[in-house]
Amino acid sequence: MSFLRRRKGTDSSKSQNLRCNIVKEDEKNNLYESPRKESYNSKKWSCWDSCCWFIGFVCSVWWFLLLLYNTMPASIPQYVTEAITGPLTDPPGVKLRKEGLTVNHPVVFVPGIVTGGLELWEGHQCAEGLFRKRLWGGSFGELYKRPLCWAQHMSLDNETGLDPPGIRVRPVSGLVAADYFAAGYFVWAVLIANLAQIGYEEKTMYMAAYDWRLSFQNTEVRDQTLSRIKSNIELMVATNGGKKVVVIPHSMGVLYFLHFMKWVEAPPPMGGGGGSEWCAKHIKAVMNIGGPFLGVPKSVSGLFSVEARDIAIARTFAPGFLDKDVFGLQTFQHLMRMTRTWDSTMSMIPKGGDTIWGGLDWSPEGSSFNCGAKTLRNNSINNTGQIPNINLANMKDVNYGRIISFGKDVAEAHSSKIERVDLLDSMKADMLANLTNCDIWIEYHDIGDHRIKAVADYKVYTAGSILDLLHFVSPKLMARGGAHFSYGIADNLDDPKYQHYKYWSNPLETKLPDAPDMEIYSMYGVGIPTERAYVYKVTTATDCSIPFQIDTSAEGGSEDSCLKGGVFSADGDETVPVLSAGLMAAKGWRGKTRFNPSGIPTYIREYSHAPPANLLEGRGTQSGAHVDIMGNFALIEDVIRVAAGATGKELGGDHRRCSPDGIPTVGGSKPQPHWHYDRLGAVAK
Amino acid sequence: MSSLRRRKPINESSDSKHKEEEEDEDHDDVDAVGDDDVNGKNKKTPSKIKKKRGEKPPKQPKWSCMDTCCWFIGCICITWWLLLFLYNAMPASFPQYVTEAITGPLPDPPGVKLKKEGLEAKHPVVFVPGIVTGGLELWEGRECAEGLFRKRLWGGTFGEVYKRPLCWVEHMSLDNETGLDPCGIRVRPVSGLVAADYFAPGYFVWAVLIANLARIGYEDKTMYMAAYDWRLSFQNTEVRDQTLSRIKSNIELLVATNGGRKVVVIPHSMGVLYFLHFMKWVEAPAPMGGGGGPDWCSKHIKAVVNIGGPFLGVPKAIAGLFSAEAKDIAVARALAPGFLDNDIFQFQTLQHVMRMSRTWDSTMSMIPRGGNTIWGGLDWSPEEGNSCAKKREKKNETQIADQAGSENAVCKAKSANYGRIISFGKDVAEASSSDIERIDFRGAIKGHSAANTTCRDVWTEYHDMGFAGIKAVAEYKTYTADSLVDLLHFVAPKMMARGTAHFSYGVADNLDDPKYKHYKYWSNPLETRLPNAPDMEIYSLYGVGLPTERAYVYKLSPHAECSIPFKIDTSADDEDTCLRDGVYSVDGDETVPVLSAGFMCAKGWRGKTRFNPSGIRTYIREYNHLPPANLLEGRGTLSGAHVDIMGNFALIEDVIRIAAGASGEELGGDQVYSKIFNWSEKINLQLVHISILLRLFIFLEVSISI
Repeated sequence: MSFLRRRKGTDSSKSQNLRCNIVKEDEKNNLYESPRKESYNSKKWSCWDSCCWFIGFVCSVWWFLLLLYNTMPASIPQYVTEAITGPLTDPPGVKLRKEGLTVNHPVVFVPGIVTGGLELWEGHQCAEGLFRKRLWGGSFGELYKRPLCWAQHMSLDNETGLDPPGIRVRPVSGLVAADYFAAGYFVWAVLIANLAQIGYEEKTMYMAAYDWRLSFQNTEVRDQTLSRIKSNIELMVATNGGKKVVVIPHSMGVLYFLHFMKWVEAPPPMGGGGGSEWCAKHIKAVMNIGGPFLGVPKSVSGLFSVEARDIAIARTFAPGFLDKDVFGLQTFQHLMRMTRTWDSTMSMIPKGGDTIWGGLDWSPEGSSFNCGAKTLRNNSINNTGQIPNINLANMKDVNYGRIISFGKDVAEAHSSKIERVDLLDSMKADMLANLTNCDIWIEYHDIGDHRIKAVADYKVYTAGSILDLLHFVSPKLMARGGAHFSYGIADNLDDPKYQHYKYWSNPLETKLPDAPDMEIYSMYGVGIPTERAYVYKVTTATDCSIPFQIDTSAEGGSEDSCLKGGVFSADGDETVPVLSAGLMAAKGWRGKTRFNPSGIPTYIREYSHAPPANLLEGRGTQSGAHVDIMGNFALIEDVIRVAAGATGKELGGDHRRCSPDGIPTVGGSKPQPHWHYDRLGAVAK
Repeated sequence: MSSLRRRKPINESSDSKHKEEEEDEDHDDVDAVGDDDVNGKNKKTPSKIKKKRGEKPPKQPKWSCMDTCCWFIGCICITWWLLLFLYNAMPASFPQYVTEAITGPLPDPPGVKLKKEGLEAKHPVVFVPGIVTGGLELWEGRECAEGLFRKRLWGGTFGEVYKRPLCWVEHMSLDNETGLDPCGIRVRPVSGLVAADYFAPGYFVWAVLIANLARIGYEDKTMYMAAYDWRLSFQNTEVRDQTLSRIKSNIELLVATNGGRKVVVIPHSMGVLYFLHFMKWVEAPAPMGGGGGPDWCSKHIKAVVNIGGPFLGVPKAIAGLFSAEAKDIAVARALAPGFLDNDIFQFQTLQHVMRMSRTWDSTMSMIPRGGNTIWGGLDWSPEEGNSCAKKREKKNETQIADQAGSENAVCKAKSANYGRIISFGKDVAEASSSDIERIDFRGAIKGHSAANTTCRDVWTEYHDMGFAGIKAVAEYKTYTADSLVDLLHFVAPKMMARGTAHFSYGVADNLDDPKYKHYKYWSNPLETRLPNAPDMEIYSLYGVGLPTERAYVYKLSPHAECSIPFKIDTSADDEDTCLRDGVYSVDGDETVPVLSAGFMCAKGWRGKTRFNPSGIRTYIREYNHLPPANLLEGRGTLSGAHVDIMGNFALIEDVIRIAAGASGEELGGDQVYSKIFNWSEKINLQLVHISILLRLFIFLEVSISI
């Protein structure tokens, strides 16, 4: 340290000889006085000292505040918030307890993709010390510390879709599995807390945690998860005096639970052998939250080029690391390699093909969604009902049916003007030379230039041809996926082939169980632009890079345009378009249909998105976003009422576009519920 | 440090009135010329100061005390962060290298070792945690517990004990009439493996065993933690939480999803009694029991591997209930010594703890069972002749030490009267029984209560007794296991009324008596039969070689307001008879005496007895206590202490072998260091069924008459 400070002087010493001499004399004179001087000489700040002082000061203040915070009564933050924003509304649990609601039906939570925690049970050398620590969920500390090791352990075997040898990563069990995704980022915690207010506790709540990376049937093969869920539901019904359970799946959990309902009634070798009335005996209601019944377009771009905005939430959590431009290509591919080993991502590829998602020239949504309206819509919702109509006039139709287009012009051109070269004709024969560099398994290096060109030459892909595209660019992945999932529409549901488990999670290829007393709810947020179609471009094919990218330069003309950054948006909850979340309950299952032979009543409950009014509200109590909706008070209230015994009729039946004030502005403003009725004659033959 | 700070002179020298920069220049020049300075190396500092004579008063800020403090804290923080950074950047195996460098190569943990032998996960495993080791969390609370929803009240950091002790006590207490939740409070057991893997951060309970089982392939789906609310009586866990039903359902699920392989159950401490209760419950018919049918256990259970099981209770429980004084029945005290043992607060906090622990019915499950038959009377006890001195000699060569110990014991003239579990005064504890004058307390009128009615909010019942009652208790002088139950009934009638509805402490004369179908007998091995499961195995694994509380010398304490009138007489010491600080010790694992842990497997259930009609095989595995060699070992891998034994490598190896399919014979049968078989011999307990006895008599008579 002394060294440091002396430096300063030496730099400028040479020029000061003159003064030096004077000082020298002085110094000699004062030789004997120096010890005394020293005592009252105050010292000077060096940079180092200042640093120390500063950090010490900050630390002290911090500790002091921490102490204050800890000694503070727990209710102060609430007082402060109330002082600023006015009295808060009671959380729904408290409110409903005052109404006299008490615990009635046991509740089962089925978490979605990525929200469930995963922990390490056996790993390679590099993961030492992480036994039973969370690899997924929690703080994601290991992602930063040893990213490659982390990616290696999170990946599955790319042939079997099960554990790679020597690695066992297992889902966390219990309510802690998905109450918080990361510290402070709630998923189920708010709902759990509100249910607890009316008397729920661990014996009446069950988190059906599963390994969301696996295909649904493989969770049973590897972990016997479906058997566990069955056994636990039976236990809950038995220990609660025969009261049936209310199941609350979220996101991909919706598909998982569809699969479960088929599995549990199927005969033993493939199914759970619960008999044909298991669901009728054990389930009161299935309250699907934000369910991608018919898949999400986002998953296509995720599989195609790892680019959807949040299929890999990992990216948002580690933006510094993963989105960094320097590492861009490499990390993308690691990420892609990892997510491509997860069979479950393929469960969300859009189902139903052109019949549901629209063809080259039409789409069910048409131009009904006003993409610019989002900014206008706020707490003052009542009069916004008019706005979409106004904008409707000066908007041109968006071809949502073209889920992937190469080039903006193609996306907007009339179908007759597009020249397409058939994908299947182009040959696979010639391989690219760069096999050596790419140990990363993304299959693109198997494709070769010709095929990349062929993909681009086909120009535009609808939901039906998307599947061909994926089969074309990643045959291995889709071979695995095709064994576990199916994306079509059944012509004849009595065909014995539909007894295979790969159809169980597709609502268009299965019948609902025979349980006329059961109820199915579809609850989802609306009012947020949701990815629906993409404009792509071919990138210069460097070694080991992904040859396709979303063309972020493609922008719509006006403010209101639905094309932004190469993405066409439709109405939805930011992840799942309304079409996917609502169609089955609105039409496919409404009444007695061939998909719903016993006529299970279905209800749609929409929650209009209102962003939090200020920062104090955190993620808001009126949010309609895919995950944040779990903290939406209106939704929680509905869930609690059903759990406490209410039926869908008592809730008020269908409830579209509930304004945050609680005043429903049904129909009128939105032609939305009608499009499926008109267009889907093909589906409900 | 001071030299550092001194460095920068604040005063400017008179001849260079310019700016700061110049000053720096100045003293460097000085440096160049100032050869006359004596300290060649440090010359800079003094020279710099010397030149400033007649300077102006300081303009720049001085180092105040505050600044120094801040500076100091800053230094510490920076160093801390640096170390933290280094620690995080360090490879995870580094600590192990260091340890190995110091102590020599470590033995492989048993899981790794057995994996190399080729063992694999076979039977699913069920853990049954004991008292106090399971976590409890808040689901509904009063105003004062705001913000603690689903936070651990018990286990974890115990932060709330310090922050709001009274609120905590209030929430941890149960209703003192029903033994269930008080109004408006719901505290529930944590579920899953996390319930009892660590008790507090770094203090493992099941974690080591779980980690080792995971090595040979166990995971969540093959391990199940049967967590229950350990404060409740066993049957009440079913009434309130349906815990027994959950355990039943989960065991059935484990068996079904693992190809029909039966489970290996591993109860620890009070979990042993809980699982005894479960085995009776599950086969009992539906309204009171689980309705699993008479062969449920034989169909679902391969082995019950009891670890440190207090089958016949622990004397420590008495001291805990009588005066809240046993060394660790209230672990809370150990965890919060600064707060709870503080002399100023002592009486108050003791009573809060007592009040809290007295609402826990489960503590009464561990009152010694079997009365004088098992625990000894006024003049005899099964352990008599035990010598405390031998503990020191015991190391790895136990067999020899054992011999020596027994010889020592024979030589001793005096021997402790362990049968007198509570004596008032050391002389009474040692006197011959004929010399003790006892006045029966049972008839004594409790008399009008003392004036201190102010303490009534503290529910210890002592204030109901009055002086006469207290005196009567002391005048009975000495209590054996039989009379202890009466004593507790006398001093705490309400609590014992609750307790006797759920537990029983006797020995059954006739197990066919229909009264034994009541659940209160189910956790007492002397009043129930084992299930009809001849293929099942029962192990008793426990540590030996640690002095364990067995009997107490009490005194009357000065009767201050609201204090507990009885106290252990810590002045009573006697080297010869294992009396130390008022406590007589015997061999055991520091909590459970060998007698309680081993007797049932050594004798009560050995072979076909009336308690074990189907002849379930029993094995005793004792583990000799060896303290950790150095601090690096933590709590040791050879420990025999009640909880630390869960990290004992030899025990873990045995458990893993059993889980992987080995039978008791393959393990090597009994492994005994203590004199449990000798002691068991001294206990005169009828083991043959009465009807068989009668038949034998008749046969004898007939044969004689012939």
